[in-house]
Amino acid sequence: MYVASTRRTKTAPPVDGPRAGRVSTTVVLLGTVSLLTDISSEMVTAFLPVYVIFNLQMSYLQLGVLDGIYTGATAVLRLVGGHISDKVSRHKAVAVAGYGLSAVTKLVFPSVGASSAGLGGVLAVDRAGKGLRTAPRDALISLVTPVDQLGKAFGVHRTMDTIGALIGPLATYAVLNWLSTRPGPIFMISFCFAALGVIVLVFFVRQPRLERVPGKVVTLRATLDLLRNRGMRRTTIAAGLLGLATISDVFVFVVLQRVSGVSPTLLALMPVGTALTFLLAATPLGRLADRVGRWPMFFAGHVVLFVVYLLLLGPFSGLALVIVTVTLHGLFYAATDGVLMAHGATLVPEHLRAGGLSIVQTGQALARFASSIGFGLLLQSFAFSTAVLVAIATMATALVGVFLLIRPEVSR
Amino acid sequence: MNTWLVRNRVVIGVVAMVLVIAAGVVYVVATVRDQNADATKPGAPVQSGLTFVDNGSGQNLVSKLDATGARTAGSMKCLRVYTAGGTTVCLRMGVPGAYEAAVSDSTGKELRTVPLPGTPSRARVSASGKIVSWTVFVTGDSYLSPGGFSTRTGVLDLRTGALTESLETFATSIEGVPDKRPNENYWGVTVAADDNTFYATLGSGNTTWLVKGDLTAKTMATVRQSAECPSLSPDQTRVAYKKRGGRLGTWQLYVLDLASGKETELPGSDGVDDQAAWLDAKNLAYAKVQTGGAPTIFESAADGTGQPRQLVAGASSPSPVT
Repeated sequence: MYVASTRRTKTAPPVDGPRAGRVSTTVVLLGTVSLLTDISSEMVTAFLPVYVIFNLQMSYLQLGVLDGIYTGATAVLRLVGGHISDKVSRHKAVAVAGYGLSAVTKLVFPSVGASSAGLGGVLAVDRAGKGLRTAPRDALISLVTPVDQLGKAFGVHRTMDTIGALIGPLATYAVLNWLSTRPGPIFMISFCFAALGVIVLVFFVRQPRLERVPGKVVTLRATLDLLRNRGMRRTTIAAGLLGLATISDVFVFVVLQRVSGVSPTLLALMPVGTALTFLLAATPLGRLADRVGRWPMFFAGHVVLFVVYLLLLGPFSGLALVIVTVTLHGLFYAATDGVLMAHGATLVPEHLRAGGLSIVQTGQALARFASSIGFGLLLQSFAFSTAVLVAIATMATALVGVFLLIRPEVSR
Repeated sequence: MNTWLVRNRVVIGVVAMVLVIAAGVVYVVATVRDQNADATKPGAPVQSGLTFVDNGSGQNLVSKLDATGARTAGSMKCLRVYTAGGTTVCLRMGVPGAYEAAVSDSTGKELRTVPLPGTPSRARVSASGKIVSWTVFVTGDSYLSPGGFSTRTGVLDLRTGALTESLETFATSIEGVPDKRPNENYWGVTVAADDNTFYATLGSGNTTWLVKGDLTAKTMATVRQSAECPSLSPDQTRVAYKKRGGRLGTWQLYVLDLASGKETELPGSDGVDDQAAWLDAKNLAYAKVQTGGAPTIFESAADGTGQPRQLVAGASSPSPVT
């Protein structure tokens, strides 16, 4: 059943609704917020290894582990952010809190110095902010977009987001090379970008007014009851299953470098290749998903990822393998990241939108986190090739399971 | 009031953005302006002299202290530097997000540049200046995950030009058993006077070993557990390394006498995370971050007597001037 889509036909088009074929201004503004915030956070991410190893003279190892753990743990905060947004019917306010929290952490970094616990704490708060803001932001995008254009809207947002992610490391490089290797300027500039993002959100983005429907109150119960809806339940389980079979990017790149036999220097460029493909393909694939169905697109994205894993076995080698694999890896993100939210939005009524989306996101995030831990453990005792075979088998199983689970009637 | 805010929100937003950008520019300009003063602060007298990376001035200039503690700044910019036998290795940023090792001779001429697969961690040159080695952290993309790191250690032989991109290609035996572990990391190489024997760290799972290797035979064997970033003394009889032993499980420096197996703790070195450098037969230098501050280079007596002496603040990557 399409709760949201049937209701949408009765509601008036959004205030700043799109003219034919264009995404809403709100989506572009939210894309700008994400772009600025991603410049900010990727600046710090790119700087962190240099900062920790040279400015603080610490080993990088423990910190990488900590960061991964926090990313998993704070995924749960998405549920909180999502539910509160629905409850107070003010997605923008909750998103502001999340973006604001992350912005402030950039100023705290210098004061914690070389303390593992302190750095871990600051990173945790940063991730908490990210957890808090994701669901309300995605809900806002879905609330201002007509159902038949959801894929495109999310595609545009993810494209802008990824542009920011590409600019961030370049900004860090420029500052380190031409201004100063002191940590202060990097954190300050990063904070400024984050603050600009918050300002755009606070002053330029408008909270869409939701029609209050008598009898439809937002309770935790109502949000959790969304899982009684078959489409919603199956989507969450399916996204989780596929998430469990998704190994983290780091592993893909490290294995790819070894299998292809290219210079290890290319390791630094592989994430860039994935991001470039992602940003170029996100909007067209989102648009295509609007026509052929979001669920089929999401599923197809994982089939592409399956092919990526097959390629990690090294059917051929050299630069060609790297280019093909990285391109497909970027296509996987383009076909799944925003598309899942576009699909989720069609399953959840407007008054529970943020909470509903957060359930799907959290399921997927926790599953991916579990998979990265499992795969990490696997790599401690088995060879890369064995681990890749396990990933292939897991993904094949998940794909078959999901194919059987999600019948065509819910796969719109 | 509220309606005024709503009506003028675009103007207020633009003003706020201008203010944020102005504040950022003022801060950055002020920092860059006052960092230059730091580059000339003298250090303590060091008999051997000291080559180091100046972290205080924000330019990472390779600088020198002479025997009296007077300081001169060079023009080379490195994240890590080490110099011995007339050869200098400088680990630095290449293209955005990538790093390289630049090897130069005593005249400053660059002999070779090797691209690195990650963030530089350790750099060494053998006493003769013939064997150069480095360790980098291979970190993947921004979504770090547990287990998602590894180290790569490269060795460059300037006599033949042969480059070993990773020690993982060597045959290793762990505690007498030929190693079949698929996932292991090596870091922190120190090469002996024969330019063939070396010591390094092997990490696998939660255990680290001190390994002794042979560059020609491409073999390594473990010597003992829990010793990282070894540094062989000029007389080849002792190895200094960091080991988790301090309070709160922090690293501390130890010196192992290879003949007797006696391990000496260097007091006051806890919290160190560096590959120590022998300044002479009796003294070690290393960088350590003081609480809430920038890295500082200290000197400790290798026989474990006395407390560390501060050589220069806002500095890292010590090596004796040769």
